[in-house]
Amino acid sequence: MTAETKRSLDFNDTTFSNERRAPEELAPIANEIRRDIIRMLVRAGSGHSGGPLGSADIFAALYFSGVMRYNPKDMTAPRDRFVLSAGHMAPVMYASLANAGCYPKQEQETLRKYDTRLQGHPGRDMHLPGIETSSGSLGQGISIAVGMAMADKLVDKNDRRVFTLTGDGELQEGSVWEAAMAASHFKLDNLCWLIDNNDCQIDGRVPDVMNVYPIDKKCEAFGFDTIVVNGHDHADLQRGFDHFLANQKNGSGKPTAIICQTFMGHGVSFMNDKFEWHGKPPSKDQAVAALEELSNY
Amino acid sequence: MELLGSKPTRFGFGDGLVELGERHSNIIVLGGDITGSVMTSLFRDKFPDRFFSIGIAEQNATTIATGLALSGKIPFFASYGAFCALRNADQLRISVAYNEANVKIGGGHSGISVGPDGATHQVLEEVAFLRTLPHMTLIVPADYEEAKKATVAMGEMVGPAYIRFGRSPVPLFTTPDTPFVLGKANVVREGTDVAIIANGALVWEAHLAAVELAKRGISARIVNVHTVKPFDFETVTAAARECGCIVTAEEHQVHAGLGGAVAECTAKNAPVPIEFVGVKDSFGGSGEPEELMVKFGLTWREIYASALVAMERRDTGSSGVRAIKDVPVYTA
Repeated sequence: MTAETKRSLDFNDTTFSNERRAPEELAPIANEIRRDIIRMLVRAGSGHSGGPLGSADIFAALYFSGVMRYNPKDMTAPRDRFVLSAGHMAPVMYASLANAGCYPKQEQETLRKYDTRLQGHPGRDMHLPGIETSSGSLGQGISIAVGMAMADKLVDKNDRRVFTLTGDGELQEGSVWEAAMAASHFKLDNLCWLIDNNDCQIDGRVPDVMNVYPIDKKCEAFGFDTIVVNGHDHADLQRGFDHFLANQKNGSGKPTAIICQTFMGHGVSFMNDKFEWHGKPPSKDQAVAALEELSNY
Repeated sequence: MELLGSKPTRFGFGDGLVELGERHSNIIVLGGDITGSVMTSLFRDKFPDRFFSIGIAEQNATTIATGLALSGKIPFFASYGAFCALRNADQLRISVAYNEANVKIGGGHSGISVGPDGATHQVLEEVAFLRTLPHMTLIVPADYEEAKKATVAMGEMVGPAYIRFGRSPVPLFTTPDTPFVLGKANVVREGTDVAIIANGALVWEAHLAAVELAKRGISARIVNVHTVKPFDFETVTAAARECGCIVTAEEHQVHAGLGGAVAECTAKNAPVPIEFVGVKDSFGGSGEPEELMVKFGLTWREIYASALVAMERRDTGSSGVRAIKDVPVYTA
């Protein structure tokens, strides 16, 4: 092991602005998010690797392409909001917020530790900037996002945006579809629902555990403007967000669903598309190997 | 205490909501299809722009309320307690309580006095669940006026809160001037021989029991614990220490409701004999409210008999520990 690979386990101070950014500039940010996820999880000794790594490109696009408007130095100011419905994917949100400068990057080392602001599943009571709500019981975040979008569009009548991300296994929770029904009923074109479609959940492939397909037809039937994108292709992700922005701008009255097709564990070859990596962290050796691979990304 | 009339507590909730709507522009009400039944229809008709129908989807309504609360609104969602306290239990735990979201829930059709609808709709278990949730405020008003005051109070406090109210008319005995402070139990009758600690419709039954006990020269104190959480430990402890024995009375399972809260309090502060009046580990059933209250033992007669037993236990053994021949071993 070289000194350099050992050093790669340490967090660095580099952050990225959340200004408008072209798709081709997002891959390096996604890569740094992935590296921080590995660094966090190997220190924590527990937690979810697969989903966070697989959705790092989505998060890079969400937090760093300009589609979500926020001030990383003041996450209480009026802002667009993101609700992580799939709470177990917390590490990718924590890494995104750290890389945006919402809190010190070094603090990522406290993931899952005693009294940390980086709880195993997001806890709003710990007041980490950018955590809009506690989540961890699947299916609830999207309903909270619907409530937020109602407050913005129907009560306060402002032009803020609300984003939420669910997993695909999460679609097995019935209340997700209660929320979807309400989103189109209330014509929430200010709501963007991201679905991390990696086809994996703890027990296996999603269709084997309980089939949720066809996701796109279900979303369409529930009144969403639905678009399927390659969740690792930043140009394609941008196409999805453009769809959403157009819906809101034109007042289409349709909420947007972006089905992001991803591979669990993407970026680390020995984790890629393996559902076994849903809920476990890398060992130290695996972490070093993963970081080496990610640095050549 | 004087009987002033008869009115359902749900009317108090409905009228309280309208009063809140007039006072505060950020009160929002979510409907769950039974708006006429839980009286949110009054608010809807007066403030249609601040009412949203969510349909028959209590989990979603509870979590949408959270999203509204996290956006600075004061959302009320009301349904039957069976559906807005228990079906959505996970949402109440994670989205509402853990978030400390400023969400207010109105739980109607509580207790067996729901009547003909039967067991599925007669919720008897929600107090037990709700009082274990951190940050939750839980109110069980005794009559129309108290329900109205409690509704306004919960809307004007910050934090998650739940109010439990009923379908059928119950005696009205408080007035707009009767004091109501969240978390502060009301001693509605002074007494020194036995303390009857009750809430909801059983407060009036406690009054009837106290009147009968007085005829035997027994002085019964009545404590109306309208706020089950936060619990008024001081008032209940004083009642235990000064009377030496307690009867609890509630339209709920005897397990883990008001009686449970009183037992937890006194076990620590003043271990005295307690008799529990409530539904004894069974589901309800169809019938007229009055018939059911008799069938399930929720009248002044049970309170009266329990008071005699509680006093006998106190007088026969210092803390009710010594065996008493005529009193069966408590099992449920």
